Amino acid sequence: MTFEGIKQLLTAHFGEEVVLGEETGGLQPALLIAPDRIADVCLELRNNPATYFDFLACLSGVDYGTTANKFGVVYHLTSIPYQLQLTLKISKEHGRDVNDLPSFPSVSEVYRTADWHEREAYDLVGIFFENHPDLRRILLPDDWEGYPLRKDYQAAEYYKGIKID
Amino acid sequence: MSTTALERYHQKIAAAATQDMVLNMGPQHPSTHGVLRLELITDGEIVKEVIPHAGYLHRCFEKHAESLTYQQTIPFTDRLDYLSSMNNSHVWVMGVERMLGIDKDIPKRVEYIRVLVCELNRIASHLISIGTYGIDIGAFTPFLWCFRDREHIMGMLEWASGSRMLYNYIWIGGLFFDLPVGFEGRCREFVDYFKPKMVELNELLTNNQIFISRTANVGILPLDVAINYGCTGPMLRGSGLKWDLRRIDNYSAYPELDFDIPCGQGLMGTVGDCWDRNKVRVDEIGESLKIIEQCLDRLQKELKRTPDFDPRAKLPRKITPKAQDYYMRGEGSKGELGFYFMTDGKSEVPFRVKARGPSFNNLSVISEMSKGIMIADLIAIIGSIDFVLGELDR
Repeated sequence: MTFEGIKQLLTAHFGEEVVLGEETGGLQPALLIAPDRIADVCLELRNNPATYFDFLACLSGVDYGTTANKFGVVYHLTSIPYQLQLTLKISKEHGRDVNDLPSFPSVSEVYRTADWHEREAYDLVGIFFENHPDLRRILLPDDWEGYPLRKDYQAAEYYKGIKID
Repeated sequence: MSTTALERYHQKIAAAATQDMVLNMGPQHPSTHGVLRLELITDGEIVKEVIPHAGYLHRCFEKHAESLTYQQTIPFTDRLDYLSSMNNSHVWVMGVERMLGIDKDIPKRVEYIRVLVCELNRIASHLISIGTYGIDIGAFTPFLWCFRDREHIMGMLEWASGSRMLYNYIWIGGLFFDLPVGFEGRCREFVDYFKPKMVELNELLTNNQIFISRTANVGILPLDVAINYGCTGPMLRGSGLKWDLRRIDNYSAYPELDFDIPCGQGLMGTVGDCWDRNKVRVDEIGESLKIIEQCLDRLQKELKRTPDFDPRAKLPRKITPKAQDYYMRGEGSKGELGFYFMTDGKSEVPFRVKARGPSFNNLSVISEMSKGIMIADLIAIIGSIDFVLGELDR
């Protein structure tokens, strides 16, 4: 199935408003999805026999920089039977306050591999995933302050009184 | 915001029944050397739940990659899966080359040398996996044999690159050096020496009755679960699916080479058990040897070394890919290794890099695979996953 076909399939199933746009300039085209529908879209793409994107290869949390003030998640799906790849992107404008995280629906119900990937995106970029079963930090200690992959992150000098160098 | 999840976790540990025991299972597989902690809730010898804790080795690969240029990051990719560094830098370099649009201009000789060293490194990685898996099960001799044979590969790659484990050899637009004079001959000697050694190893370990009893029908990973958890490489192929990115994506020189994709068939028990996963690695060593022989044939006959051959001729002066994002994937020794690049088109430093390590996804299935098993079988299951913590923690 072509990229255009997938887009038509999604708009036919969910309506026009679910696909916010597309990026076709680069090497891999990407679909921009409405953030609150991402779990439904993934479920449909996984279960539909015409697409069958059964494998979530990668999930990346992205901080679009201090001026853009935008956070997003990028999903790389693979369809094993059709040998296809698809990129989905969601993003929303959100403040940079570490006590008020940008929040997106979790797809860990659809792809179990998203469980750890979302924990990682939460840990390093500071993105909250709604309905995630176990959203703890995964690589850093539970009491670490700040989210290191944010563009405005200041490297900590001390951790529990121990100098980090 | 995640305090509720943290509380839930503490609650789960605290709520273990009085006859349950909460055990910490420490470093066990040699490639985890002390940085993976598994928390087990056990009832007698039965494992009720496994909670993995990662992150002790975290060395900020993504943070580094977002503050260094593309060439400067190549040595850091070597440190992801340090047992097969060549494969990591190959994927990284191919991704950058494709973003620059120079991937079609790479000389054939360079492509074949890349495939040659990658497959040598894949054999070295699988030898560690098989040897240490023998130790997990209680067999010591295969471990020594595997390390003895791996040492020959280490010696050859050290000769080519000047470094023992972290090679920094495959470079954007080519290679750091050409192969040393006489490398092909020595490599051929190794292949001839190594083939009978593999037969011996199979007699001693793979077809050993004790080994079979410990691994067959243990840790069965059904195919749908493997796909859902994002398992790749020998984990996925052990469950019976012929999915190898060397064939699916046809990158580098692989489309011109003849090799098969081994997958688990359940010869000793059920498809997707520990024995199958180990067997896939054993068979892959044979396929890699086939690839190496074909590469040597081409390198010695058609793509001979010439005095004016410059392995770095295609290296661009300034590496600034245009603004785009690109996900490059390749078959590392553990499975699908992917790099997701976001570039802004102006700077020599990528805006965002995400490394998708196969070990990260392969390990995430452990709690699913180890419900209601014996503690001793957990050892066999962990060993059969063959993860490297450098890739898990990054």
